[in-house]
Amino acid sequence: MSVDLVQRFKSGLWHDNPGLVQLLGLCPLLAVTTTFVNGLGLGMATLAALMASNALVSATRRWIRPEIRVPIYVLIIASLVTCIELIFKALFPDLDRSLGIFIPLIVTNCAIVARAEVFASRNPVGTSIVDGLVMGSGFALLLMTIGAFRELLGQGSLFSRMDLLFGGEPVRGIVLAENGWLLIVMPPGAFFSLALAIAAKNAIDRRRKDARTTLSRRARTLNR
Amino acid sequence: MAEHSVWKSGITLAIIAAFCTAIVALTWQLTAERIETNKKEWLERSLQPALAGLFFDSPVTESMLTIPPPHGLPGSEAAIIYRVYAGIEPVAALFVVSARDGYAGPIRLLIGIAMDGNVTGVRVLEHRETPGLGDRIDLTKSDWVLQFDGHSLRNPEPARWAIRGDGGDFDQLTGASVSPRAVINAIRETLAYFEANRVAVFAAPTQSEDEIATEVD
Repeated sequence: MSVDLVQRFKSGLWHDNPGLVQLLGLCPLLAVTTTFVNGLGLGMATLAALMASNALVSATRRWIRPEIRVPIYVLIIASLVTCIELIFKALFPDLDRSLGIFIPLIVTNCAIVARAEVFASRNPVGTSIVDGLVMGSGFALLLMTIGAFRELLGQGSLFSRMDLLFGGEPVRGIVLAENGWLLIVMPPGAFFSLALAIAAKNAIDRRRKDARTTLSRRARTLNR
Repeated sequence: MAEHSVWKSGITLAIIAAFCTAIVALTWQLTAERIETNKKEWLERSLQPALAGLFFDSPVTESMLTIPPPHGLPGSEAAIIYRVYAGIEPVAALFVVSARDGYAGPIRLLIGIAMDGNVTGVRVLEHRETPGLGDRIDLTKSDWVLQFDGHSLRNPEPARWAIRGDGGDFDQLTGASVSPRAVINAIRETLAYFEANRVAVFAAPTQSEDEIATEVD
């Protein structure tokens, strides 16, 4: 079980990362990742939506006939996201203002429907919740990484406006430079950043694969 | 058989729809009050910074006045004025106006003016200026907007209410002159409006709570 769990985390965070590999939910991913705190906020909201929707879809899977499954997924996801939006408005009003339309837009995140269809509709509740956790974390981590990257290059700061999540006075975070590289904060920068992230992942994968083949080749030579 | 399954599907759908509605209704019930308080608090809190150094003793939001266009203030949308009192003595007025000529659409501004005509504080409430350039009119990005505190139409004279590049007395932002120009023009126009309408502004009756709620939304 624990080995299986590790495998699934590896899959969600890396090998099948919803954003990096499956390229799902790109609209919020590209739009809100201008700062770390935005990425963290939307990441957490998406994670919650994904876990809850997986749980509900899985719990009702026995009664859902295939021909009506899509409207039901839409219903479930839309109501859950509405709840999450209300909770955000009540608990983190400032962050809600900063993320704007992107909290309600979680409804349109294909990663959530995809997990409902591919996983939750075929697996028991517990496993489905874990799947939501794993996939949601993968997505949230990517949002945070790209948010941090864009904030650092684009504004020259890191962790600015963390008060949106944790309350208190507005903070500017760790300021490394007064000005940044503007392009990165603007929409094209979002595409460049995502492209760099995907390229980095592929490069790491290839290097690992190369290392493995060299290793096995060396082992073979030694055996001879 | 086929008909039977259609009915069954319909009922399943209805049950799940009812269930989902119930979840949303319940969440709304639990959060509604908190959301309402948050809204009011946020408004009150966002108005305070424009009142630096003034003594006042009533919640600012309670003395709101909405003026539909045309009103002689900057912006083509309705302008909002909050009257600030210490006891019954008026001490300042807060204006929420829009600078039309921002680089990317209107810039919503909060401008506080004391009874003597001095600016008590300016804050940018809403804008879509270019990140890294024009967006430094926002206090979370730079201190630019603080330079107006304590100035009035006599200090400097109206003609010098402009950025240095245009022969005025105020700093511009490196690489951005459109946004600062828009903000400065809006402040100057608001100051002039206050000079001309001071009595009328404080004489107008306060709107009721319900009206305020709809205005805020």
